[in-house]
Amino acid sequence: MRITLDIWRQKNPRDPGRFERFEVPNINEHMSFLEMLDVLNQQLVSEGKEPVAFDSDCREGICGMCGFLINGEAHGPLRNATVCQTHMRHFKDGDVLRLEPWRAAAFPVLRDLIVDRSALDRIIASGGYTSTRTGSAAEANQILVSKPYADKAMEAAACIGCGACVASCPNAAAALFTGAKIAHLAHLPQGQPERMARALSMTSQAHAEGFGHCTTIGECEAVCPAGIKLEVISMMNKDVIKATLGGRASEMQTLAALPPSAAMRFFESEPPKKEQ
Amino acid sequence: MPLDAHIPSGPIEQKWQKNKFDLKLVNPANKRKYRIIVVGTGLAGGAAAATLGELGYEVLNFCFQDTPRRAHSIAAQGGINAAKNYQGDGDSVQRLFYDTIKGGDFRAREANVYRLAEVSANIIDQCVAQGVPFAREYGGALSNRSFGGALVSRTFYARGQTGQQLLLGAYQALQRQVAAGTVKQFVRTEMLELIVVEGRARGIVVRDLVTGKISSYVGDAVVLGTGGYGNVFYLSTNAKGSNATAIWRAHRKGAFFANPCYTQIHPTCIPKSGEYQSKLTLMSESLRNDGRVWVPKSAGDKRSPDQIPESDRDYYLERIYPTYGNLAPRDISSRQAKNVCDEGRGVGPGGLGVYLDFRDAFKRLGRKVMDERYGNLFEMYERITGEDPHDVPMRIYPAVHYTMGGLWVDYNLMSNLPGLFVGGEANFSDHGANRLGASALMQGLADGYFVLPATVGDYLARGGFAKIDTSHPAVRDAEREVNERTKQLMSIGGKKSADQLHRELGNVMWTDCGMARTKESLTHALSVIPELREKFYRELRVTGSGAELNQQLEQAGRVADFFELAELLCYDALQRNESCGGHFRVEYQTPDGEAQRNDAEYAYVAAWEFKGVGATPVLNKEPLVFENIHLAQRSYK
Repeated sequence: MRITLDIWRQKNPRDPGRFERFEVPNINEHMSFLEMLDVLNQQLVSEGKEPVAFDSDCREGICGMCGFLINGEAHGPLRNATVCQTHMRHFKDGDVLRLEPWRAAAFPVLRDLIVDRSALDRIIASGGYTSTRTGSAAEANQILVSKPYADKAMEAAACIGCGACVASCPNAAAALFTGAKIAHLAHLPQGQPERMARALSMTSQAHAEGFGHCTTIGECEAVCPAGIKLEVISMMNKDVIKATLGGRASEMQTLAALPPSAAMRFFESEPPKKEQ
Repeated sequence: MPLDAHIPSGPIEQKWQKNKFDLKLVNPANKRKYRIIVVGTGLAGGAAAATLGELGYEVLNFCFQDTPRRAHSIAAQGGINAAKNYQGDGDSVQRLFYDTIKGGDFRAREANVYRLAEVSANIIDQCVAQGVPFAREYGGALSNRSFGGALVSRTFYARGQTGQQLLLGAYQALQRQVAAGTVKQFVRTEMLELIVVEGRARGIVVRDLVTGKISSYVGDAVVLGTGGYGNVFYLSTNAKGSNATAIWRAHRKGAFFANPCYTQIHPTCIPKSGEYQSKLTLMSESLRNDGRVWVPKSAGDKRSPDQIPESDRDYYLERIYPTYGNLAPRDISSRQAKNVCDEGRGVGPGGLGVYLDFRDAFKRLGRKVMDERYGNLFEMYERITGEDPHDVPMRIYPAVHYTMGGLWVDYNLMSNLPGLFVGGEANFSDHGANRLGASALMQGLADGYFVLPATVGDYLARGGFAKIDTSHPAVRDAEREVNERTKQLMSIGGKKSADQLHRELGNVMWTDCGMARTKESLTHALSVIPELREKFYRELRVTGSGAELNQQLEQAGRVADFFELAELLCYDALQRNESCGGHFRVEYQTPDGEAQRNDAEYAYVAAWEFKGVGATPVLNKEPLVFENIHLAQRSYK
């Protein structure tokens, strides 16, 4: 099959960028989308032209490094799959496809289809963990977790951190990503001691990074390659409200556990808007 | 050069406890004055960086990906072993130790493996405390499954994505330290050279992959957790970016490279579909718990699998190995798959495949239970091949998966270069000639959480080295080498991409040094590789410049190092005149086709010393002494 690609080209973060058209003939339907781009790049290198820069690593859908928009859809038309797991059999001969990087203020474009997603690391660093010292853990079966909760936690923990949720959200919110980590730990007994502080600090960090508010449109759930459900956002919102309104005692406890900068930021930024 | 593994004296059950007591401690107030450079953010590197940071050291942590959570540990599917004996089926530290030594075909160091088995239980405790969502029973206790090479159920798992969950646990612990300010994180930053000062590892030269800037970081110790070198074969189950540059650069600077020929070919991967293929995808070995491996009894049987009656199927693993059946270890299962395909009984395009059939398991357990166990693997298979394993058997074929060899380290995971520590797949230490399933995650986390934090501290406490900064002449020399190499790669001006040339190297390695090796094939490879390397430096083209984000340049540097490592791998395979584990020399097999070891002459670790590109490397031997385990011919029959 033969495909026409309109690919976003941008040399560096300061370059305004533009689309460039490429023709890729002789595509085998068993190729992955990224292998098709490899073939294009090889051709460009042999002609002495600049190949298209795109991120990828594991190429089996789990590392979360790859991702771009194909005709406006994050990771392309296949549900529950990253772009590396999308094979050419899902496209037709003669298709014209437009490839663009994730678009969000918090994800600056570094080159072509590559963006900087380090804002997501900072959200995790603001509280997406349990504070447990190496070697201090109790015997594992001392903590029993009923299977339905363990399964729920696993569902939320399956997030691969690719950023497709942000790219597909009209508000460029990182709510599905943030909610997934909050829900994962909130479903488990190990996550309880820091649960309220975590909800506050992670959401306030997401604000500070420039991600938008969630207006429950659900586009994120539709494109998520890991099948993360919108319910993680409800859980996050519930915890944020509880943490904010939970009476003076719990509030003091919560804030005491926060790094000072996070607590300040939460009160400085505008409170989460409630949508009609 | 004499190699001292520094194995503690005393009975094996007490070695690690005794060693921990003998290790010197750093005064808590002084810890922050020591800077430790950790390269890699996978299970070994990430866990070590997090724990060292937690202890109070100043840690600089580097990865070439855009975030530490991308490290290839994330792709491990099946599980992690631990001697918890939660199933009450007879497991113990002693048994995990024995299984691992035996699985490694008696080519691993006893003391290291015993320690691994000993700390395995602590790893599970640690991960559960972090909130790793392991699979559980209805009563709330942790669930286990069995894995190849063991008769007990000791594998802990989180769906088919155990590596992901363990890595995220380590990543979160790491981010906690980043927030606390003890760990400084450098992403999209690739180590290109090791800095050695007065015989000690003191720092690294890195390239900022976004701006192209070359800079150096110096400290008091360097820890490499940079993974294996399976991509020397071009096609493997490793991530596209997995590379050997960090360990190869350390090797060139004096660190010995041990047992490079021990490479693991995983039996259950999705077969290659075409020349454009960029990687091979693993289907977790756990599938062999419920799937049955078979091929048609007669060569050239082109019927579709559902048309082949039971009487015309050969469940060859169950036939040859009645005790272990489909759970025979990886090296053995791979070799038998190759054998049946060589006989013309392979299935699928090109006859390079065997069936992994779940028909009976679906009948026995039902779709719901099976999907709970393997749902995401079935989906992954269908996405890649377009075939649904609920309806048709999977087609699988062996592929390069893991490298047991790596930099030589002593009991404390320090290489022969003082101050250079190596953990996880990057070292050679625990798996001998073959790794058992679910043991890589165990080793990575054992090294990262429990071994390195103790042993690196001991090295620092012993002192004997002065503080240095980046104005040191050794730093400038190392940077100059990196700049010259970049200039060289940029200036060739040929017509081929690094990827194309890498593929040519991979073909030679797979054909001559893959699942079956002979003296002739290895001699052939050793004559072809230098020619290919010259061709690489003649025909390579790197577009763009060094002062920008340039993926062609990144790849060219990694492939250049693979061209040197490939040769060492073949030298090692050629000198080892025996078959053991993942190293199968056709000349050395038992009458029924199993690996024939030669314990009298080859019960040693081959630790190679670099003597220059194209020069014959020098072999140093560390004899393996077995005091607790009786050497025996492996039998899984």
